[in-house]
Amino acid sequence: MIQLIVFLPLLAAIIAGLGNRMIGNFAAKILTTGALFVACALSWPIFLDFLVGGQTAYVAPIFDWIRSGDLDVAWSLRVDTLTAVMLVVVTSVSSLVHLYSWGYMDEDPDQPRFFAYLSLFTFAMLMLVTSNNLVQMFFGWEGVGLASYLLIGFWYHKPSANAAAIKAFVVNRVGDFGFSLGIFGTFMVFGTVSIPEILEAAPAMAGSTIGFLGYRLDTMTLLCLLLFVGAMGKSAQFGLHTWLPDAMEGPTPVSALIHAATMVTAGVFMVCRLSPMFETSETALLVVTFFGLLTAFFAATVGTTQTDIKRVIAYSTCSQLGYMFVAVGVGAYGIAMFHLFTHAFFKALLFLGAGSVIHSMHHEQDMRHYGALRKEIPITFWTMMIGTLAITGVGVVWLHAGFAGFHSKDAIIEAAFASESSLGGIAFFTLVFAALLTSFYSWRLIFMTFFGKARWGTSEHVQHAVHDHGGKDTGDGTGGYHPHESGWAMLVPLLSLSVGAVFAGYVFTHEFVDSEAFWAGSVAFNEHLIHELHGVPMWVKLASTVAMLIGLVIAWLAYIRYTDWPARFVAQFRVLHAFLLNKWYIDELYNVLFVKPAFAIGRFFWKRGDKGFIDRFGPDGVSALVASGSTVTRRFQSGYLYTYALVMLIGLAAGATWAITR
Amino acid sequence: MNQLDFPILSLMIGLPLAGALLCLIWPGQSEAKAQKARVLALGTTLLTFLLGIGLWLTYEIGGPQWQFVESYPVFGRFAWALGIDGISLMLIMLSVFLMPICILASWKSIQTRVPEYMAAFLLMESLMIGVFTAQDLFLFYIFFEAGLIPMYLIIGIWGGAERIYASYKFFLYTLLGSVLMLIAMLWMVQQAGTSDIPTLMAYDFPANAQTWLWLAFFASFAVKMPMWPVHTWLPDAHVQAPTAGSVILAGVLLKMGGYGFIRFSLPMFPEASADLVWIVFGLSMVAVVYTSLVALVQQDMKKLIAYSSVAHMAFVTIGLFAFNRQGIEGAMIVMLSHGLVSAALFLCVGVIYDRLHTREIDRYGGLSDNMPKYAILFMLFTMASVGLPGTSGFVGEFLALVGAYEANSWVAFVATTGIILGAAYMLYLYWRICYGTLEKEDVKAMPDLSMREMATLAPIAAVVLWMGVYPESFLAPIRDDVGVLLERIERANPPGDAQLIMGEGLPAEAEHGGSESHEAEGAH
Repeated sequence: MIQLIVFLPLLAAIIAGLGNRMIGNFAAKILTTGALFVACALSWPIFLDFLVGGQTAYVAPIFDWIRSGDLDVAWSLRVDTLTAVMLVVVTSVSSLVHLYSWGYMDEDPDQPRFFAYLSLFTFAMLMLVTSNNLVQMFFGWEGVGLASYLLIGFWYHKPSANAAAIKAFVVNRVGDFGFSLGIFGTFMVFGTVSIPEILEAAPAMAGSTIGFLGYRLDTMTLLCLLLFVGAMGKSAQFGLHTWLPDAMEGPTPVSALIHAATMVTAGVFMVCRLSPMFETSETALLVVTFFGLLTAFFAATVGTTQTDIKRVIAYSTCSQLGYMFVAVGVGAYGIAMFHLFTHAFFKALLFLGAGSVIHSMHHEQDMRHYGALRKEIPITFWTMMIGTLAITGVGVVWLHAGFAGFHSKDAIIEAAFASESSLGGIAFFTLVFAALLTSFYSWRLIFMTFFGKARWGTSEHVQHAVHDHGGKDTGDGTGGYHPHESGWAMLVPLLSLSVGAVFAGYVFTHEFVDSEAFWAGSVAFNEHLIHELHGVPMWVKLASTVAMLIGLVIAWLAYIRYTDWPARFVAQFRVLHAFLLNKWYIDELYNVLFVKPAFAIGRFFWKRGDKGFIDRFGPDGVSALVASGSTVTRRFQSGYLYTYALVMLIGLAAGATWAITR
Repeated sequence: MNQLDFPILSLMIGLPLAGALLCLIWPGQSEAKAQKARVLALGTTLLTFLLGIGLWLTYEIGGPQWQFVESYPVFGRFAWALGIDGISLMLIMLSVFLMPICILASWKSIQTRVPEYMAAFLLMESLMIGVFTAQDLFLFYIFFEAGLIPMYLIIGIWGGAERIYASYKFFLYTLLGSVLMLIAMLWMVQQAGTSDIPTLMAYDFPANAQTWLWLAFFASFAVKMPMWPVHTWLPDAHVQAPTAGSVILAGVLLKMGGYGFIRFSLPMFPEASADLVWIVFGLSMVAVVYTSLVALVQQDMKKLIAYSSVAHMAFVTIGLFAFNRQGIEGAMIVMLSHGLVSAALFLCVGVIYDRLHTREIDRYGGLSDNMPKYAILFMLFTMASVGLPGTSGFVGEFLALVGAYEANSWVAFVATTGIILGAAYMLYLYWRICYGTLEKEDVKAMPDLSMREMATLAPIAAVVLWMGVYPESFLAPIRDDVGVLLERIERANPPGDAQLIMGEGLPAEAEHGGSESHEAEGAH
């Protein structure tokens, strides 16, 4: 069964990809989408079985992969609670995104390729979450990276899409550099790459030291941090986050599936999968917490100033991933997975909703050209409202009931407060403040898009559309254009995900947060922390709700009530605004620090090193030397090849004869 | 001849040689003769490939170290002695697999002096198989050096505009290296009293002599490899060579350096190998970073891939001198994988070069539109080159680096940056060739892969995936031989820099971690 879940998408991808134009759009779409819905239908029973405790973990072997001495890597599929959670997340979102793409990609000439990539991605992601060893995890890890690269660059005619695709792959490779070294080191220390064996042996290694680059370091801290570098790359944590906003160049369904719900959470999944390992190093956990809270804060600040609807959601994703890492860092792995789970639904919903808006606005993505869309595309509006209520964490503390994000995000904030981590306090306040910003930019998005006056007339995309259809500018800001609600292929996924965004938190809180039996050892479980978490003071529980309300009020004031506020703010705090708008200037910094020097040094090595030094004093020098004394070189250059070969052969023969007969 | 009743190795050397002669002397008019030469060459190489498959199938894994042994004394100490172990077997398979592909790749692009061209390739095949099978030191030397001649001719006669300079450079470098090796060989034979390679592999040379011998062999193999800084012949040779020449050069000839290290340097001079390992590591580390950066700024497709070859071959040297199983087995897989992948990449360059007659990257762009099949295969080989798991490139790189990490964390650290830089220059290349908008009229007119071109690329693609998903087929034959080598070099194995010191463990020690990082005491 698990084999079917994992390999059906691969099979569909191969047929759709190689068949391409031969089998046609419809066959490719029905095949890939069908495969995903089957996989999804098979995944939910597995998850529910784990939920009711009727299933135990198992490993389904496939065949040997790499065997070299002690290194024994096999292809196999591991199914346990952690995997089951990921299975439903991946297959549910993926199948819905496949369906959604029927509508969204309807006019694209290259549909089989698109659907093949989507299914290929799903396969790689499933290999990642079912891996029983680090190397297969790396296979899935790089596989999703490849699919992400292909999909970001799907519209390969656009230079910006190509640049974003390469950036995504290369920045991820920086993470994989750390991940690789982590795997090498883990193998050297533990003599195995099998995850269960490593986790079993990890506690005994605590406190041991190892030599690395001339330093003597705590073994477990070193290994965990190297592996965490990989997680930072994939999950776009501060420093290696730069690829994620650019990845929005890809088609919107891709952003929803890969760059929101599934692939980017792989880093969180990895750390949770290896949680007993991370538990052996306090330092590593502190670093994880630090990067988590830094990312949550950084991305939220940047999100408040972006005007591209997809970029706002991208930074929001980045920020939410930071929340998950804080949860991991304070030892609340179950809660991190819980937020991953709920986030997948509401963030996919927000992205697909944004896609629906973009679709109806003729690929206009700038929110400054939106407004008043509430009545034009009501279903999209309401589903996005649900997504926003979920991400901002709307709920009633006393009733323990709210939208999905209310349960998972608040649990993280409470866990940070309750934890004994020395960064716990800072993490708590940072995350509450980030929650305020989250609420602000999320509502800002809603208000700018769906409320206020129509501002479509200023959009070039819309003007083109109007021009093509011969509409008339009526002077009401609409430019004579009337957006249409998307078709059912796009609305059904939106409605389905809305269900998840409403209920995923409320229904599953107990199992994900409190139940050690549910996790059954697949992640480290800190019972003490969970106990403390339930005993936090009321003001802590209320803090995030209050922050959420403040954010909402500010957004309402600035974008509905006093619409001149944003401009005045920008005028007043020009530097701050520029700093945020330009994403803390990190791209510019990297460009100066890495990209330009790499090319410059490359050119230097080539022109000055190879040509100017090695060749000059090597072969060219020799030939010049010869040329100055005789005419050999000229003769040589006139092409006496056979003579030359003959001379060499004779030399050889003479040498050999001498050796043999002496 | 322990499994077959006939001298299969001699036959595999003799068959292409006979084919080469036949190509030259077959009567006929120019065009008809050219066509006959093509068919004859293809037939011969396919037949040799079939013999190779037979060889693989009858090779007994876990059997005696040397199989299919033949030995006929010729005169003096010189003997026609052949035999293979698993390492040779794999490299022979690589050679005979690539040969028919080379012939097919030259089918249309070579139109002048076709019989001579085909003869040169067949001669080359004989000599390559000879290198990997020779069990006599001098026989090896003759094959090893004579292999230069057909390659030299291929570049010099059928090469591009700067072919004379390139072939001269190629010749100068390799000859200088080999002179030193010949002198070392003469000394060795005199010292040990035999030129039998298996005997020499178990002979203990005095430690101080080992250093000089090692350096002499190193001079030759480092050039062949090629290692930084004696690599500058490679980009020129590749750029000027015809497509099939590049394929063989990158696919097989570069592997002779690695083969030399495995067969000679390591087992014959283990102490020197351990003492001088810093040279190998140092040069390899430089090579990975230096040549990758140089590859990033190339404007010529072939040069780019040539520089990437230097970076990849550095993984081979790093793996080999890691002195452990993962390193050496990884190095072998990198050699096989690079043989396939770089060959395929040069074929990919050849495909579009045949259409537009330029290697300049910026002249292309947007090929995904009009050449979708080409784009898919090129993407596959690009990914294999950057070492994506599931392709052959990953298995080799991964094992070699695992081995390197055990030997020295600095080496692993620097070499692993290759996976970042590799991705950068290969994807940048792919972008400029296949992505972007199809604007130029002449590029628009380029047709997709023909059946013949598919026949050259598809088999390589299949093997690249096979080796990536189930490398056991390629690791099993070499396992025992690497074991023998490890036993031999074990005594010289330098200690790694990791030096794990156990702590108290988690349950006993509740408060741990923190700032335990301080300067190393004993780590070297």
